[in-house]
Amino acid sequence: MMLLSAQKLTVRFGASEVLSGVTMGISAGEIVTVLGPNGSGKSTLLRALLGIVGAVSGTVTRSAGLRIGYVPQRLTMDRAMPMTVRRFLSLPQRVDDAAADTALGRVGLPGLGAQQMAALSGGQFQRVLLARALLVQPHLLILDEPTQGLDQPGEAAFYRLIEEVRRDTGAGVLMVSHDLHVVMAASDRVICLNHHICCEGTPRVVSNAPEYRALFGLGTQGALALYQHAHDHSHDHAPHAPAHHDHSGHDHSGHDHAEHDHAG
Amino acid sequence: MTIQAMTIQAMITRSMTMLDDFLVRAALGGIGLALATGPLGSFVVWRRMAYFGDATSHAAILGVAIALSLHLPVAAGVLTVALAMALVVSTLAAKGWAMDTTLGVMAHAALAFGLVAISFVPGVRGDLQSYLFGDILAVTRADLAFIWGGAAVVLGLLLWRWQALLTATLSEELAHASGINPGRERLVLTIALALVVAVALKVVGALLIAAMLIIPAAAARALSRTPEAMALGAVLVGVVACLLGLQLSLWQDTPAGPSIVTAAAVIFAAAAVWGAFRRL
Repeated sequence: MMLLSAQKLTVRFGASEVLSGVTMGISAGEIVTVLGPNGSGKSTLLRALLGIVGAVSGTVTRSAGLRIGYVPQRLTMDRAMPMTVRRFLSLPQRVDDAAADTALGRVGLPGLGAQQMAALSGGQFQRVLLARALLVQPHLLILDEPTQGLDQPGEAAFYRLIEEVRRDTGAGVLMVSHDLHVVMAASDRVICLNHHICCEGTPRVVSNAPEYRALFGLGTQGALALYQHAHDHSHDHAPHAPAHHDHSGHDHSGHDHAEHDHAG
Repeated sequence: MTIQAMTIQAMITRSMTMLDDFLVRAALGGIGLALATGPLGSFVVWRRMAYFGDATSHAAILGVAIALSLHLPVAAGVLTVALAMALVVSTLAAKGWAMDTTLGVMAHAALAFGLVAISFVPGVRGDLQSYLFGDILAVTRADLAFIWGGAAVVLGLLLWRWQALLTATLSEELAHASGINPGRERLVLTIALALVVAVALKVVGALLIAAMLIIPAAAARALSRTPEAMALGAVLVGVVACLLGLQLSLWQDTPAGPSIVTAAAVIFAAAAVWGAFRRL
């Protein structure tokens, strides 16, 4: 079932066309990542899908009664407003204590309700944002660079959590990132964006597409190898991911797996 | 007539005569104002709208001048001009013009234009001070009705939109994603601000309205853990400051409006020190 889709979406800020003719969609249970360099219109695409920015042409179609859980890119919690984690979870829809506790436990922060939002670490903050997004029991989670400011283990843990949420709730997940490796490993489908859609497909297909490699300047073998490893690690249980990579498609000469025994 | 009914009758009569006391009317006026400025002032602090409050309240003087020269009720003139100013400032802010400088220019220009305009109205010079600093000791029953009515409308607006207002204040993006229109919530605050300016003019005057919005809320911030606690705390601080200020005014014959603000500022300092110690 298609949850949310855009047809020929064009967004302009003043004279510059930030998105031109973007057509894409996301189905239930699917993890889609929008990849692109800084300023390529990734966040604008999410914001247009959410209705925050208007399009000059094109349409956005939502399935009837679609509930969206949104985790914004950056939420600077002004210290001027006192706000406990528990109170934050009840904005704008009030939730009861049991639901709030469950959501906090779900994101690995049980019993954190009394903390001030401003006192949280970066990783805790992102998890609380996710908990809040989960409380609406979303059909679709939209995350805009959700792991900004997290270190690598924190990032990996966050994406594992997203994967769990998808598995347990069957929600679709639409993410934006400029991080190539870990994110691609966590996605079913990747949309490579640079104002228009350059290429689209499974991570393996996209990572081999010339448009993608040109966009990210991936001439070197090392970066791709790193991605392949990350993919191996975190996708063992995903049905679509092969247990072992067929490396015949790439030029892997002189590549020693032992050298790349990175964390993850 | 039963004894109970007679007692109630007597109580009503007594409380009505209590209203004859200027000090009681002054206290009630200040309390009514604090009920509205507590929660609204919290939003002013959260949204960093201090200059916004200044611009709107300074525009009140221009409203007085226009009302007097057109022989209209002062409250109507103040409400109209304050609302116009609040709308202009809030539109500029929404369009990204909310620079400190723009708002500063608006705030001071509004005051200057108002003072120049009022100098053309014959026979107002003597009353000018009461418009600038308030005249809470001269609050009449009609004023009380206006103050409490206005405060009730402001409180009602804020309570009605509370969850949406908080969400939009926290993040316009989050609000949008939850189906809340941040522009509409901004309009609610804009209208509430203009109403409070009209209500507060008699109590603390155009120059000190912003102080009554910001200082009690800032004092409550140091001791609050949730937005609701802060809004209630701000009401409490406002009420206490009003009563203390009136005492000071009575005791030392100081001007009432500035005395109330002085009391609020002392409470703010005490709360800030206490809050700092608690964090140690």
